[in-house]
Amino acid sequence: MVIDGSTANSSFYFCKTRLAHSLIGFQADGRIWLKQQGAALDGALSAFRSICGDEGVSLGEAVREQHGRDESVHRCRPPDVVVFPRCVEEVSALAKVCNKHNLPIIPFGTGTGLEGGVGALRGGVCFSLRNIDQILDLHPEDFDVTVEPAVTRKTLNAYLRDTGLWFPVDPGADASLCGMAATSASGTNAVRYGTMRENVINLEVVLADGTVVHTAGKGRRPRKTSAGYNLTNLFVGSEGTLGIITKTTLRLYGIPEATVSAVCSFSSVQAAVDSTVQILQAGVPIARIEFLDDVMVDACNRFSSLSYPVMPTLFLEFHGSERSLEEQVNITEEITQSNEGSDFQWARDAETRSRLWRARHDAWYAAQALRPGCKAYSTDVCVPLSRLPQIIVETKEDLMESRLTGPIAGHVGDGNFHCLMVVDPSDPDELHRVHLFTERLARRALAMDGTCTGEHGVGLGKRRLLCEELGPSGIQAMQKLKNALDPKNLMNPGKILLQGES
Amino acid sequence: MSGRVLVGVKRVIDYAVKIRVKPDNSGVVTDGVKHSMNPFCEIAVEEAVKLKEKKLIKEVVAVSCGPQQSQETIRTALAMGADRGIHVEVTGKDYDTLGPLQVSKILAALAKKEEAQLVILGKQAIDDDCNQTGQMTAALLDWPQGTFASEVSLENDKVKVVREIDGGLETIKISTPAVLTADLRLNTPRYATLPNIMKAKKKKIANVKPADLGVDLTSRLEVLRVDEPPQRQAGMKVETVDDLVVKLKDAGKV
Repeated sequence: MVIDGSTANSSFYFCKTRLAHSLIGFQADGRIWLKQQGAALDGALSAFRSICGDEGVSLGEAVREQHGRDESVHRCRPPDVVVFPRCVEEVSALAKVCNKHNLPIIPFGTGTGLEGGVGALRGGVCFSLRNIDQILDLHPEDFDVTVEPAVTRKTLNAYLRDTGLWFPVDPGADASLCGMAATSASGTNAVRYGTMRENVINLEVVLADGTVVHTAGKGRRPRKTSAGYNLTNLFVGSEGTLGIITKTTLRLYGIPEATVSAVCSFSSVQAAVDSTVQILQAGVPIARIEFLDDVMVDACNRFSSLSYPVMPTLFLEFHGSERSLEEQVNITEEITQSNEGSDFQWARDAETRSRLWRARHDAWYAAQALRPGCKAYSTDVCVPLSRLPQIIVETKEDLMESRLTGPIAGHVGDGNFHCLMVVDPSDPDELHRVHLFTERLARRALAMDGTCTGEHGVGLGKRRLLCEELGPSGIQAMQKLKNALDPKNLMNPGKILLQGES
Repeated sequence: MSGRVLVGVKRVIDYAVKIRVKPDNSGVVTDGVKHSMNPFCEIAVEEAVKLKEKKLIKEVVAVSCGPQQSQETIRTALAMGADRGIHVEVTGKDYDTLGPLQVSKILAALAKKEEAQLVILGKQAIDDDCNQTGQMTAALLDWPQGTFASEVSLENDKVKVVREIDGGLETIKISTPAVLTADLRLNTPRYATLPNIMKAKKKKIANVKPADLGVDLTSRLEVLRVDEPPQRQAGMKVETVDDLVVKLKDAGKV
């Protein structure tokens, strides 16, 4: 399978790499190793049941399959068993059992990831954290709150609504906040409010051997610190390969006094992206700046019965007091008009604004609706702002030459954009072309000092690209950290790092 | 017309909380449980504030009946844009038995005292689901009522209300003063922003006792028992259609 890069027997691309021999060797030993794990699992089951109760352990096929897939195109890889701990003490006890029996551990939040991060490549135990669901320790005057893994971002924001505070990182899905920390998620507001990396103050993590660590010290929540190694950010983005996140302390922000949204279309991608760069250089604290290319706008028009001009378009949102909004908007309008952008379509009140943004929010479904029966896969490269016009223009040319459907939507304010590849899963030639296209795109981004994954994480499909991105010494440093914290490689094996599979 | 709108806001257990029944079945657990403004009351406040923003009315007064904590709910209304609040203090046993009849008597008295042009309430509270207070208040005042409003427009001294009813939508025109109750689709309430919460701290909340309004809080209802809904029973798998028919017959369903 083109995109899911880890099954040696069906991927002829792997045969072309040096890894072929080690993987084939693994496959030969595989059956013996799996038998050993099977026996270990039986031994562990009664221990699991005594920790979480009988209802807290599930061997059911449907339950396991549900916990072996996420929202990506990677196929389902169910774990051998799913456990449902109810508190951090149970998580720690379960981890100790898994450690004793050498069973892989895969943490599971809401299953809304996009890179196959929850697939149990070697089977093992999925820790579903959905029963650990409290919002703890809200400190409105300090702008922080601590949440447990089952709390999703929409739940938190609904809880906070009376306090005038919100958590602005919004990856689209209603994801678990601890899961968002694990994948270093981002969203449309990142240009002003940052990503998870900037907004996680402290974590409670259970390591592979059951040790519970508070990365910034238990209960601590200073707004800044220079106390020792940055353990908190080590775990942010570790995708379950270093530990299980059981609490996250988050930085909150005041809900803006006023919000204004606007839509502006341009005659060329270059003009739209140039405007973005200029708006940021002008110091406008713009809250959202999203780009949709003409194919995407067309898809959205059809899907949501809208009538935006089918041209490269920017969706903008401004936050602030009434007076600062006026200033921000004036400066922005000057810039877009100097790039021959259209007049702004405006929205002030909540209902009109959500209608305006519906186009962008429904992009994923609109893209899929272009070709019913097809699957969608999202690319995720991110480059320095100054290179953005070039990479988008080159990518669109590549799409046309490769005869692929790939409407573009992106957080251009961060230099990050997504091609929503719509592909027929039964057409191997198209799948092949998509695979090659995404590799070319990732390499194009790497050549422009960027990254192959701006917000979705590495998961299964980008491990090789990560090697190219970091280079051997960078990867080695990561591998050393992994070996130090998880010497038996039980934590979500096979994700982020390639060697992690054996 | 005074241009003054009275909005009733009720403090209820937050809609996201898992409700638990007290072990003695006398009620639900409220201690330490998150409370917030009843969602339909939020819609009512939003509508009143929108009318003020359109300059169709002059002042929005938020009213809540209950213990000290009801003031938090009034503060949220003030942060959403209400101008001042009235806290009608009801505590202890009186609060336990406070229901639509008592609240409507209070609101009717306040509506007269404040010379309100409109009284806007949520259509029902999510704790008792009574859907009675608006109607009772209108009856006590002998004012027209526009309930289950999904659209409200002021036209001189009349109000056009589009109501959500079983058969679809009904449009009525009633004269003011009137009582309106807000349904779900009337509007999307705004979030209280931090700057507005800070500004709301300076707005006034008057303290009033029911006795001052000449209202008798005696309840004619007594709650005998509160039970959880029956636990969901496990299903059962059968191998053939005949088995299914036999089981259905045994259970008396066929």
